[in-house]
Amino acid sequence: MPVKVMIPTPLRPYAGKRDSAEFHASTVGDALGQLIAQFSELRRHLFTEEGKLRSFVNVYVNDEDIRYLAKENTQIKDGDTISIVPSIAGGLLESLRFRDRAR
Amino acid sequence: MNAAPQLWMSRHLAERIRSHGAESYPHECCGALLGRDRSLGAGTAPAPGAAEVPREVLGVFPLVNRREDSPRNRFSLSPDDVRAADKAAREQNLELLGWYHSHPDHPARPSEYDRENAWPWYSYIIVSVRGGAPENMSSWRLADDRLEFLPEAIELRKHTGV
Repeated sequence: MPVKVMIPTPLRPYAGKRDSAEFHASTVGDALGQLIAQFSELRRHLFTEEGKLRSFVNVYVNDEDIRYLAKENTQIKDGDTISIVPSIAGGLLESLRFRDRAR
Repeated sequence: MNAAPQLWMSRHLAERIRSHGAESYPHECCGALLGRDRSLGAGTAPAPGAAEVPREVLGVFPLVNRREDSPRNRFSLSPDDVRAADKAAREQNLELLGWYHSHPDHPARPSEYDRENAWPWYSYIIVSVRGGAPENMSSWRLADDRLEFLPEAIELRKHTGV
């Protein structure tokens, strides 16, 4: 039984509209690597140009945030579910950069 | 996307968002939009000449603003909040379509900070709340190049199409 990677709605247009994909993998990094190999458009949304996971992207294995495990080296086993969870934030305060440009 | 994006929702759900903004004043409220977007469906494009089916909000999922340091002008959600919203959507056989939040004593327009933190595809509803009373509500989607928000027309309907 492979591991399942759950794809959040904003990334599905870059993943063939799939809500999940399954891979045989032993670490989180391995599974995400196979995911972006299959859906190359996902790469820029998940990883920086240096290949690091973007800070606005949270990754869970079952109910655990991989930041508190071994990050991308977190071991996974058949039947595990990897969830890509977007960080959500906002608010009305304008940044200084925006104010400068608006002047 | 050819036509301007459109978001359908019932007046009842719109009122729930406005009420959440009023109850949370002077802090920002936030929550999730649950519903259907047929572009995620079977992958079939509309027939040539057919109207694009807009996205439909069929439920809202109020959440707690986690920004305790500056809740009057910022909101954030924990990953567990986002997972809870996603789970609620799946349990109702709906999709997580986006998010709403309020702008206390400011217009219902996205800020630069909203844009910097936005994801593509999601609908972002903003309700302006002045002196505790909800006013205008607007919806936005991030452009593909992430450089700006594009307005999304909200059509309030007596009944939704589902």
